[in-house]
Amino acid sequence: MRALPFLLVSILVAAATFGAATLVGNSYVFFAGYVVLQYIVLATAWNILGGYTGYVNFGTAAFLALGAYSSVVIHKTMPMPIPVLIVIGGLVSGIVGLGMGYLTLRLRGSFFSIATLALSVVVQTLIINWDFVGGSRGAYIVRPRTTEYFAMNYIEYLFLVMLVLSVIAVFTARCIERSRLGYGFAAIRDDEAAAEASGVPTLKLKLLATTLSGAFMGMAGAPLPYYVTYLDPASGFSLAYAVNAIAMPLIGGTASWLGPVIGAVLLGTLQQVATVTISSALNLLIVGVILVAFVIIAPNGLIGLVRGKGRGMKR
Amino acid sequence: MTAPLLSVENLGKRFGGFVALEAIHLDIAKGERVGLIGPNGSGKSTLVNCMSGTLRNETGIVRFDGRPMNGLPAHQRTRLGFARSFQLPRPFNSLSVAENLRIPIEYTVNARPAAHVPAGDIVGRCNDLLAMVGLAEKSEKMPRDLTQIEMRKLELARAMASEPKLLIADEAMAGLSHAEVDDILALLIRLNEQGVTIVMIEHIMRAVMQFSQRLVVLVAGRKIADGLPADVVRNPEVERAYLGE
Ligand SMILES: Nc1ncnc2c1ncn2[C@@H]1O[C@H](COP(=O)(O)OP(=O)(O)O)[C@@H](O)[C@H]1O
Ligand SMILES: [Mg+2]
Repeated sequence: MRALPFLLVSILVAAATFGAATLVGNSYVFFAGYVVLQYIVLATAWNILGGYTGYVNFGTAAFLALGAYSSVVIHKTMPMPIPVLIVIGGLVSGIVGLGMGYLTLRLRGSFFSIATLALSVVVQTLIINWDFVGGSRGAYIVRPRTTEYFAMNYIEYLFLVMLVLSVIAVFTARCIERSRLGYGFAAIRDDEAAAEASGVPTLKLKLLATTLSGAFMGMAGAPLPYYVTYLDPASGFSLAYAVNAIAMPLIGGTASWLGPVIGAVLLGTLQQVATVTISSALNLLIVGVILVAFVIIAPNGLIGLVRGKGRGMKR
Repeated sequence: MTAPLLSVENLGKRFGGFVALEAIHLDIAKGERVGLIGPNGSGKSTLVNCMSGTLRNETGIVRFDGRPMNGLPAHQRTRLGFARSFQLPRPFNSLSVAENLRIPIEYTVNARPAAHVPAGDIVGRCNDLLAMVGLAEKSEKMPRDLTQIEMRKLELARAMASEPKLLIADEAMAGLSHAEVDDILALLIRLNEQGVTIVMIEHIMRAVMQFSQRLVVLVAGRKIADGLPADVVRNPEVERAYLGE
């Protein structure tokens, strides 16, 4: 499929999703759906760096929280519409992604991952000590019941915004995959020295990946304060984000755009159901068990399982 | 006398306390066919790695096509026209055999201002290159489906795909049959006739002697001989290094 038809189909799927959610007519569907969509964006963003270039980022929560706290700052100074907040959150996290890349990309393998974890701790510490955004107490965001423009229910509006963002993220990932850039990323993932010897500017491409990946995580986080209405460091930097952003692509399959989407929908939905039926404390346990099972049984994710021994990542 | 295409001056490389290369001087003229030989562990691959930018040498200067390459990352050296194959094949394992060649075409050939392979021609180009090294049938296969010998051929094809001015083939023929060695030799000589300067690192003396216009010998990180092949193989120091092995 070419890029344009792909985009049209994605928009149709998104429209159908929104239509179906509206038909159910229960606001819980939008509440839960928002989380699943947010994970589609996070998993896709993580996969641009982790799946395509092979650099495992443990710091997803920091990038998401930077987007979320950018919105808190703006809310407290001069409130702006959510789409604008998303652009700003994306810029902030993208720039931090670029900086992190400069500082850490010389580190290979697990050392890079540990550095991302350290970054996460540093950012969290800074936020905890920043009174303006509520410090460790957190910040309250009073959101209107409806939007100004179409008098739309606010949670439905947030759902719609996240739906559009996930289409953009998935479309971007898919474009990368089929492009010269995608081949360059794959070469880096497979063998960096051989990639350099073939003319691939590995540092530049890796910086592009950390920037883009960070930016999408920040965008996913920007509407978060309006969704939760109370944001504190403990929830903004929740371990669940980092774990899910890794688990979802691995479960779906890291080699293509579809993997993170499948992983996010399955795992995200499962966690939402588990939260209602059992308890939210169980969520991470469920993710952990499924992840371990997949690493053993299906190292190339569900897509790898379906495609059999066709092309895919060697892990 | 025109300036050499490649000139290495006083190049030195250590691994910890171990001196892998010491004060290497080497000039290679445009269009030359040079054989680089030496016992295992004498530093041939390390020299290639330093020249190509894969490793950093502590001392010395490498000039290519008139410009010093010190500090240039490897990909820029490749784009300037310096190509090398790796002795131990390093294929891109998640890409098909044909796609492995797409990387240097897109990132080296198409990164140069002059040459541009249109998107529609890339696949054909990959297949032509694979046919040259005898891998035409394998283009859709994954590298893990290849034998070690086929991987060497892929390694050579990938270096050729970047349309270099200088090609260094690091033991591309190890393990090949007599007929296959002749095929690769013919291929390298054909490339050379088209204007590509070639350095061949090889243990198969029959191939080296047939191919080389000049022979360079490394022993224990030092260059001990450099000259006409017939003279070099009669050099007592070279004989000692080889017979003493
Ligand atoms: N990355 C490395 N780290 C440490 N020692 C190395 C490294 N690469 C090569 N060596 C050592 O340097 C010497 C030269 O190796 P090499 O250049 O591969 O020799 P050759 O290609 O002539 O067989 C050997 O003793 C080898 O063990
Ligand atoms: Mg060697």
